[in-house]
Amino acid sequence: MSGVEAADPPETELPVAAPPEDVPGGPEPVIRTRRLTKKYGDLVAVNKLDLAIYPGEVFGLLGQNGAGKTTTILMLLGLSEPTSGEASVMGLDPAWEPREVKRRVGYLPDAVGFYGGLTGRQNLRYTARLNGLRRAEAETAIDEVLEQVGLTSRANDPVEQYSRGMRQRLGIADALVKSPDLLILDEPTTSIDPLGVVEILELLRRLVNDRGLSIMLSSHLLSQVQSVCDRIGIFNAGRMIGIGTVDQLAAQFGDGTAVIEVGLELPTATDVERAASTLLAIPSVETVEAPTDGSGTWRIHVRPVGVEGRVRKDILLAAVSQGLGLTALRPVVPSLDEIYRTAIERPVVKKTGVKRRGSRRPAGERRPE
Amino acid sequence: MSATTIPDSSVAHEAPRPRRELRVPHGGWRVIAAKELGDDLLSVRFIVLLIVLGLAAIIPLYSAADQIRQHASSAKDVLPAVFLALFTLGSPDYTFLRVDSFVAIIAPLLGLAFAFDAINGERSEGTLPRLLAQPIYRDDVINGKFAAGLAVIGVVLLAIVGIVSGFGIFRLGITPAPEEILRLVAWILVTFVYVGLWLAFGLLLSVVFRRAATSALIGFGVWFLFTTFGPLILDIAAKAVSPVTGSTVPEQIGQLQTQQFISRLLPGQLYSEVTAVLLNPQNNPQAILPGSLGQVQQAQQQIPTLLAFDQSILLVWPQVVVLVAMTVACFALAYVAFMRQEVRA
Repeated sequence: MSGVEAADPPETELPVAAPPEDVPGGPEPVIRTRRLTKKYGDLVAVNKLDLAIYPGEVFGLLGQNGAGKTTTILMLLGLSEPTSGEASVMGLDPAWEPREVKRRVGYLPDAVGFYGGLTGRQNLRYTARLNGLRRAEAETAIDEVLEQVGLTSRANDPVEQYSRGMRQRLGIADALVKSPDLLILDEPTTSIDPLGVVEILELLRRLVNDRGLSIMLSSHLLSQVQSVCDRIGIFNAGRMIGIGTVDQLAAQFGDGTAVIEVGLELPTATDVERAASTLLAIPSVETVEAPTDGSGTWRIHVRPVGVEGRVRKDILLAAVSQGLGLTALRPVVPSLDEIYRTAIERPVVKKTGVKRRGSRRPAGERRPE
Repeated sequence: MSATTIPDSSVAHEAPRPRRELRVPHGGWRVIAAKELGDDLLSVRFIVLLIVLGLAAIIPLYSAADQIRQHASSAKDVLPAVFLALFTLGSPDYTFLRVDSFVAIIAPLLGLAFAFDAINGERSEGTLPRLLAQPIYRDDVINGKFAAGLAVIGVVLLAIVGIVSGFGIFRLGITPAPEEILRLVAWILVTFVYVGLWLAFGLLLSVVFRRAATSALIGFGVWFLFTTFGPLILDIAAKAVSPVTGSTVPEQIGQLQTQQFISRLLPGQLYSEVTAVLLNPQNNPQAILPGSLGQVQQAQQQIPTLLAFDQSILLVWPQVVVLVAMTVACFALAYVAFMRQEVRA
């Protein structure tokens, strides 16, 4: 391995997430990749990916379409051969033992399909048979997973009559029927209505708690990833550019401030000025943005992030003592959307000299001095 | 979790909490074939196929029965293979209304009908990635589908042969001689190979083309071209490549042989030659054109006799081998194409 690394061109300027370190004596990762790379001709779909996912973890793979999420998943399942690098899933190399890996890993493909003429149960039965489950144990497993995804009552209807959300849930049941140790879900919430999404995310959480399995899911819908994942990896153009919990990512990519939204009813211009000076006088408040759209919502940036709660209390006290008509006061959670936006833009802003496909930077800015 | 259940050699258990589910199933192709078979037997195309083939078997039977009665009463000794005549006789007005030629026409269609959407159908339904994510070998998919297609068509073919035979035995009172049964079995086997060839061709198309409609059109287009214009095109090609210009008989025969070789590039031609010999013991080497000058002379001096079964087999062996080779090549192409394909569209 070290010989290979030494031969690599110096691309370290890119902010690539540090390779995961194994804690000695800690649990063995269920997924571990080392410099995993997939090229299609000149196109580098996945670029030297280092990743470790641990038992009992829900890991979110976040990235735009074409960022290399699905390619990574296919390599982990042995459905696509890595150009270089190595992967290990449940301690097995998917390139060499794909069937052993696939026996242990449940997979929900992007845009999952079923045999429309067969019932949900028949579709699951087929999967169970392909996994070598005996008739009796297959039926038990099918009943159990149908119950878990809430499809028991519709199990004997042809899949043709299922809604998109039901198909997706059947897809999860299909991935679960082999009693996997690891679940890999590719865009599990795409094209599902918001209520259905909540259902599915709750289901995933329950599965982790009840069955103790690990989940890796990919998505481009940030808020969902945020709500269900323990850790998140941000993927851009085949690279993992950030990895960690939402807080860690916020610390890594955020500007170090927290935002509070304050609703104030201020009838006169003097009131507005008074409000601005009052708010600015509160310790740790960095900037105050007056409302520009007549909504009466002020945005207050607080540095450092940690004192946001105290500042909110101060605002409340100040508003009462100064007689400002306070209508609302809420902290703005550091949204993954913003983190994500900064994360994928950052390499573009900082980088020099490294060719990046799909870079939004105009050619003239190539050498900022 | 399984990561913590790695067998520890210090534990004395015979199976020390085995890493769960090490039992990776074998024979995934059988599961796939069984499922495909179930799908096929309930599909519309199977019912259509049954109706078409049923008609194909019954209509010629009536005209064949008439002729058999005449032939059998008038010349008992010249037409001893009466039972096989059930398959080779038909209406004198419509030559294709014979069981054997109908099967020759319909076999490629069957093969295509049951294979043209085998892989791209899974692809467009979105079931292929899910299927391949199960612990099977990738070739299990293609093997299972091929086996299921062959099984369905085989069942239908056997049913037709059974109906025709039953009609002959019970209505006409003709019983097959042992050798006739052998010939029939051999013919069925060769027909399997011929159907398999088109099945493999259909599979190849379904792997190469992403849309089922495209592969169906191309498949049936090729079939149409082969059956209607194939002989014509090859005839022209053969005459262009090797015109019969020789002044001596051996020269002419050499050129004829080249022409014949070209005409045999069509699998349909090969199959009809095999059928002609297997189902009609009266057919001697002349039936499939002379192979050498000696054979021509022999044929001229021959008194009409029946060919023994092993002699007939010997006669068509090359054709059978080429048919098998074509089938294997077609299947291998489909196989390789599928194995090299990316799972994603």
